[in-house]
Amino acid sequence: MSFPLLTVMMVVPLVGAAVVWLLPAGSSRLARPIALATSLVTLVLALLAWARFDTGSSAGRYQLTETHSWIPQFGVSYALGVDGIALSLIVMAAILTPVCLLAAWNDLEGDRDDDGSGRREKTYFALMLVLLTFMVGVFAARDVFLFYVFFEAMLIPVYFLIGLFGGPRRQYAAVKFILFSLVGGLIMLVAVIALYFHGPGGEQGFLYEALEGNVTGSTATQRWLFLGFFIAFAIKAPMWPVHTWLPDAASEARPATAVLLVGVLDKVGTFGMLRFCLGFFPEASKWATPVVITLAVISVIYGALLAIGSRDIMRLIAFTSISHFGFIVMGIFAMTSTAGAGSALYMVNHGFSTAGLFLIAGFLVARHGSQRIADYGGWQRVTPVLAGTFLVAGLSSLALPGLSSYVSEFLVLAGTFQRYEWAAAIGTIGIVLAALYILLTYQRVFTGPRPTFAEAAEPRDLGLREKLVVAPIIASFLLLGFFPKPVLDLVNPAVSKTLELVGVTDPAPTNASGSAQ
Amino acid sequence: MTAALTALPTAFEAVKVDYAAVGPMLVVVAAALIGVLVEAFAPRLLRHTIQVVLTLTALVVAFVVLVLVSVDHHGVTVGGSIVIDGPALFMQGSLLIFAVLGILTMSERFGGRSADAFTPMGAATPGSPAEAAADRAGYATSEAFPLTMFAVFGMLMFVSANDLITMFVALEVLSLPLYVLTGLARRRRLLSQEASLKYFLLGAFSSAFFLFGAALLYGYAGSSDLSKIASAITTANGDLEGLLLPGVVLTLVGLLFKIGAVPFHSWTPDAYQGAPSPVTGFMAAATKLAAFGAILRLAYVGLEASRLEWRLGVAAIAVLTMVVGAVLSVTQTDIKRLLAYSSVAHAGFILVGVLAFDRTGVSGVMFYLVAYGLATIAAFAIVALVRSGGSEATHLSQWAGLGRKHPVLAGIFALLLLAFAGIPLTSGFTAKFAAFAPAIAHGGLAGVVMVVVGVLASAVTAFVYFRLIVLMYFTEPTGDDVAALTPSIASTIAITVGALGTVILGIVPGPILDLAGRVSQFIQ
Repeated sequence: MSFPLLTVMMVVPLVGAAVVWLLPAGSSRLARPIALATSLVTLVLALLAWARFDTGSSAGRYQLTETHSWIPQFGVSYALGVDGIALSLIVMAAILTPVCLLAAWNDLEGDRDDDGSGRREKTYFALMLVLLTFMVGVFAARDVFLFYVFFEAMLIPVYFLIGLFGGPRRQYAAVKFILFSLVGGLIMLVAVIALYFHGPGGEQGFLYEALEGNVTGSTATQRWLFLGFFIAFAIKAPMWPVHTWLPDAASEARPATAVLLVGVLDKVGTFGMLRFCLGFFPEASKWATPVVITLAVISVIYGALLAIGSRDIMRLIAFTSISHFGFIVMGIFAMTSTAGAGSALYMVNHGFSTAGLFLIAGFLVARHGSQRIADYGGWQRVTPVLAGTFLVAGLSSLALPGLSSYVSEFLVLAGTFQRYEWAAAIGTIGIVLAALYILLTYQRVFTGPRPTFAEAAEPRDLGLREKLVVAPIIASFLLLGFFPKPVLDLVNPAVSKTLELVGVTDPAPTNASGSAQ
Repeated sequence: MTAALTALPTAFEAVKVDYAAVGPMLVVVAAALIGVLVEAFAPRLLRHTIQVVLTLTALVVAFVVLVLVSVDHHGVTVGGSIVIDGPALFMQGSLLIFAVLGILTMSERFGGRSADAFTPMGAATPGSPAEAAADRAGYATSEAFPLTMFAVFGMLMFVSANDLITMFVALEVLSLPLYVLTGLARRRRLLSQEASLKYFLLGAFSSAFFLFGAALLYGYAGSSDLSKIASAITTANGDLEGLLLPGVVLTLVGLLFKIGAVPFHSWTPDAYQGAPSPVTGFMAAATKLAAFGAILRLAYVGLEASRLEWRLGVAAIAVLTMVVGAVLSVTQTDIKRLLAYSSVAHAGFILVGVLAFDRTGVSGVMFYLVAYGLATIAAFAIVALVRSGGSEATHLSQWAGLGRKHPVLAGIFALLLLAFAGIPLTSGFTAKFAAFAPAIAHGGLAGVVMVVVGVLASAVTAFVYFRLIVLMYFTEPTGDDVAALTPSIASTIAITVGALGTVILGIVPGPILDLAGRVSQFIQ
């Protein structure tokens, strides 16, 4: 019986959340430090898990496993375990959470609903920690039922984070978010139930290992099951045409919430496509590939066009994500090892670049109180550091060589090109459009004549706390841009194993190893 | 003379009764009868206390008898009219627990002299001087407690009835007290009496349907005994085939009425709204369980062999019930009507499990009923606490901002709503899984279609529940006078048990699922 590292990673933030929530009114100023400390402990545990993860011989298998019987009547186990992809996403979530907590440090001061008791602050930080528990759980699950439980349970803290703490249209955004997610989740529930009866069954019939390669049933049945999962993940990811909840949710949520929502939670969608759609239903995946690739290409272009046309900076960032998710899905369904590795890496990179954009834009909005791009101009002269960091995050998002997204976008496009030339070709247009939406935004917001402010209202540049928030994000751009090998080493075996399950081999074998960059 | 006597049937022989098996029922009915005597003889001031203590003690004793004695006395008894088997015992046990929780919520006084939910004098015209005088004189309808016990007795019998006559008698015994209890609300008397009358009239109709169907089945099989009907169906030579299907349809209509399936649901919102909230909670939980118990037994023991003829029809009713219940709950502005339509939708979900025709379906349905019942009793207990100017604040707009004023109460209510919506880690999710899984595994295409409709209807109802959560947490309070009363220990216990049950059945459902799975075999 080894040390249950993954369980501890879920328990620590949950305990932290309980402590924060239950703090007596007099000591509520301890809420933020306790929450931050808890998330840092979780980060240490995540790094420990990375250190203990064997990237050698057993890299393709689930590691750090824990298996306990939970509801044997349904074939459900409490089973955890990670492969490289899951672990990289868990580490990303564990890094982003303390960053987001730090970014939201003063968000609730002078809040319109604050009654001075600190109740709202405690609630916010406790909910963020609960969310961290579920984020770890959803990636660490090794049982379809358990995955589903986390998949759905995650909605509740996000729902409250948007609905209680968001912008003026927060109720609309929260309800829209929960409805889209629930419809997807409930469709998936039918598929989850049916999956059990088309698998090996038994008291552990929901384990990933039990199901991978063992899903029986007619071709038609498998295709229906595939659709049940795919629709849920497409809503989550989100892909065109079921993306409309994302811009509302992301622009109404607090920037820190938006980061976790778009950067981590939406990854569950693409993660699920890779793990479930490809892993359990290889034939159906191949059958659906033309449609999925087409939808992905549409998402790439459509998201970019909407971003260009967007007048609200937060909505703009949300639309860029739709475009980027298009790339990730394209890479997954291209079914080559290069594209697969690119997508897995992209999931991590996108998390950081979105975090950079949302948080820095959030700092900007906090200074001026408006999300309309037209209300800005010339801010580079007022807040040079803010402008510079925003530009770096933007450049990473538009895949400038040397920054992290470049590596992943290149791998995705190169890998897709091996099989679907036209899709990769059209996808490349997305990169051009990305340059447009990022640089145009930078130009409108930061360049131009210096704006005039009243004497007292002169905005400050980034403070120490804000620099501490931005520093790890920018570091990640450079690290993963120049030296993506550690992450690629993690994800490559997992991608190969998935492709093995699908039963495809690369058209022209290439290996995406970091040293090639 | 002597010849005539010997020609008489043996009906005058006393039937053999396995007293250990039916012990719980006897305890309950004895307590109900004593309760009537208490009304007649005990001094007015003490009646409330005596009745509450008496009923609670009797229910606990009945439960203990059930768990310690009756479990070892499986079998058919009372001349073949009562059968004590796994499902019967499981549902009787659940009913007794519901009854304890229901009595606890009904006994809530909020510091007054008598139960807060009930009118001082049911017979007085609403708003009349007689009513005011009764109130001043300290009258109280503490007969509500023996009435509840009679209803419980009927329910216990309903889930263990082995022939159609017993089933009909049980149906009446459980229904009549409920009609009266529905009309006893202390506030909004007119609404309450209207609800009572509607419930009574429609209930009487449905009883007539059931009785007519039972008569047809008797004509078909030559017996009202469920197992004899079953064997008649399998050995039929086609002579009286014309009686079978009408008989099945009419008996099922009578039972579907009790669970509030569409199109026999129209009484549900009115009765739920008009009845005193604790009664509504008890009624929603216990009547639904009892009626589903009877449906299960009728369908699985009596009519299973002919199921191909009527299964699709009931499947259509299940679909209709889920869709109508879910869609109409969207338009409700009264919390009790909203919960009523949600209970209609839940009846549809449960029917999906019934139609699986497999042992796992039986256990799934039983689990669902327990999970739903615990949450429902607690939910209506909370509804009874939220007041505006003395009477219940049931309009949705009055619930705005409740989460800020009463975080704990609103938190528990939100938890119950999440369970109704079927969110994982609550009992509602496990229950839906338990009811839907057999339908997919054994229900064929119809089963899958029903489950798909079921999850889509769940999404609609989830919208309703989340809107309510939005209202409680995200909306500014409107009226200042809306506040929740502080519950006494009795209501607190009921709400706590309901909430704890909701969490436990969501996180560690194993033991109860295991129990429901082990006892899911009917005695044929």
